[in-house]
Amino acid sequence: MSPKTLYDKIWDAHLVHEAEDGTSLLYIDRHLVHEVTSPQAFEGLRMTGRTVRAPDKTIAVPDHNVPTTLDRAKGIENEESRIQVEALDKNAKDFGIHYYPVSDVRQGIVHIIGPEQGWTLPGMTVVCGDSHTATHGAFGSLAHGIGTSEVEHVLATQTLIQRKGKNMKVEITGKLMPGVTAKDITLSVIGKTGTAGGTGYVIEYMGEAIRDLSMEGRMTVCNMAIEGGARAGLIAPDEKTFEYVKGRPHAPKGAQWEAALNWWKTLKSDDDAHWDKVVTIRGEDIAPVVTWGTSPEDVLPITASVPAPESFQGGKVDAAKRALDYMGLKAGTPLSEIKIDTVFIGSCTNGRIEDLRAAAAILMGKKVKDGLRAMVVPGSGLVRAQAEEEGLADIFKEAGFEWRMAGCSMCLAMNPDQLAPGERCAATSNRNFEGRQGRGGRTHLMSPAMAAAAAITGHLTDVREMMQPENEPA
Amino acid sequence: MEKFEKLTGIAAPLPLINIDTDMIIPKQFLKTIKRSGLGVNLFDEMRYLDDGSENPDFVLNQPAYRDAEILIAGDNFGCGSSREHAPWAIKDFGIRCIVSTSFADIFFNNCFKNGILPIVLPQEQVDLLMQDAERGANARMEVDLASQTITTSDGETISFEVDSFRKHCLMEGLDDIGLTMAKVDAIGSFEKQAEQARPWV
Repeated sequence: MSPKTLYDKIWDAHLVHEAEDGTSLLYIDRHLVHEVTSPQAFEGLRMTGRTVRAPDKTIAVPDHNVPTTLDRAKGIENEESRIQVEALDKNAKDFGIHYYPVSDVRQGIVHIIGPEQGWTLPGMTVVCGDSHTATHGAFGSLAHGIGTSEVEHVLATQTLIQRKGKNMKVEITGKLMPGVTAKDITLSVIGKTGTAGGTGYVIEYMGEAIRDLSMEGRMTVCNMAIEGGARAGLIAPDEKTFEYVKGRPHAPKGAQWEAALNWWKTLKSDDDAHWDKVVTIRGEDIAPVVTWGTSPEDVLPITASVPAPESFQGGKVDAAKRALDYMGLKAGTPLSEIKIDTVFIGSCTNGRIEDLRAAAAILMGKKVKDGLRAMVVPGSGLVRAQAEEEGLADIFKEAGFEWRMAGCSMCLAMNPDQLAPGERCAATSNRNFEGRQGRGGRTHLMSPAMAAAAAITGHLTDVREMMQPENEPA
Repeated sequence: MEKFEKLTGIAAPLPLINIDTDMIIPKQFLKTIKRSGLGVNLFDEMRYLDDGSENPDFVLNQPAYRDAEILIAGDNFGCGSSREHAPWAIKDFGIRCIVSTSFADIFFNNCFKNGILPIVLPQEQVDLLMQDAERGANARMEVDLASQTITTSDGETISFEVDSFRKHCLMEGLDDIGLTMAKVDAIGSFEKQAEQARPWV
């Protein structure tokens, strides 16, 4: 048998049909659904009299529109948002799919609760009408975002029409330096490859620095595969993966667990597998980074300065000019001198317990800079509960952070959590696009520890200057 | 789905690279539960000023391009989210064909589901079409899917590649779900075999 990558193996195990021209029908093991990209798909089913083929493999949760304020039980004020969430309530009931309503403590961002509830397992195909579905690749599953037409297609047929992508290997060798996290890895990869570097590929992340990451860290890395252009990013499962999955509500149990484990252990790329593209970065070379522009590829170490547009080539010169204008920045300004108005910690990229621990470790005993708005939005109700139990919530509150309920919140500002025009935010989310966090809002992406450091000083800050030997962030 | 066979229309130049889905249709317009009516908000933040009036500098607000049906765009068009609201807004505005050196995967895929033809060409050819588009309303291009060619206003012809299955679906206006439903037996037998092999799923 010819050597295969992990992607090849998962693909082959889910291939229902392949036409002569390579157009393939791929079986989908888990379909995650949220309120923004699904109403038209359910409407399509109703109009054609179709049903959901595999309701037991379909899991829905509202996350984008939900308020994150503590009084959210009183309902959603914005009428359109409310209608969208109510539509999901109704669709979940009418079509008999698994559902976590806003009132359920297990509600949260779809990409956080999938793994948390054990829906996401190694070797699966996972799709969702959301580009950050790549997150689930951290378990060694093939996971990617789809459009609403495809949501309808998966609901009706439990399959997806696909063409196989190419294989790309991203290897992070050696150890990370203190203060460097999974977020710095994933942003640094995008900085190196560009936002289109992964287009047409499925990325497999490997190397010692990836192996050393926790499952939370691996999810952060895979989450942003799409920002590098790759539909999916994945990491071969190992003991850490199995340990994380074991005992979760929807993970296999007993004899099935043993059978699953036997297969999962085979899920890795063969040593002599073929790669269409290879990127290698030394872990030691990665620094804590921040973005300066309006594309995730606009990333530099915190010790650098705002670049001059003329230092780029081709269409990037104009794009960088536009970005500096939008961001209100001048070339040559040290990044660490950029003052911020707001700090947002949360999102499917960095809203897990480890992220909150890393931020709290920096904030312990410190205060948010006067006049700054700072909020923590846990990725799920269960992350929130755990953070309260561990005392992290108290650290955030004592520092001056708002302690919110779970949801997507200010990552994309579909709910009331938004930036005002010109407001500058240190954010742990995934996109710094123009208007992403609110019209005219200015976003700098970074790790939770870096966002916490910025909250204390009021400007972008090298977290390494704040680290105590005993509370180094993981 | 609306068929795409041949299109003759005005092409608008939008040379900015990395036009993302938030630029194409900002999130406040994703709250709809319908597919229609998004054209008025296409490129909303670039197209309208803070007071809601049209930004006269934006290409689609200029008299020559208000009825554009083709977009000649910079690299990596449609990067970002999976929102199908992006192609819905483009189609609703009246644009049926986009040409760039590269597209983001999910956006590219979403276009074909909505009767929009995204065309990938090398930089030199995109540059040539961009120059042609910059000539305004007199520069009408012809996009012929059957022959896979674009003809510029000067009569120059450029060939493009397109996936044969997608071309077939676009030209016939076929619904993917209907096509897959015809393979329901294959799906059923796959499910039986998968249930044996991976009963925990």
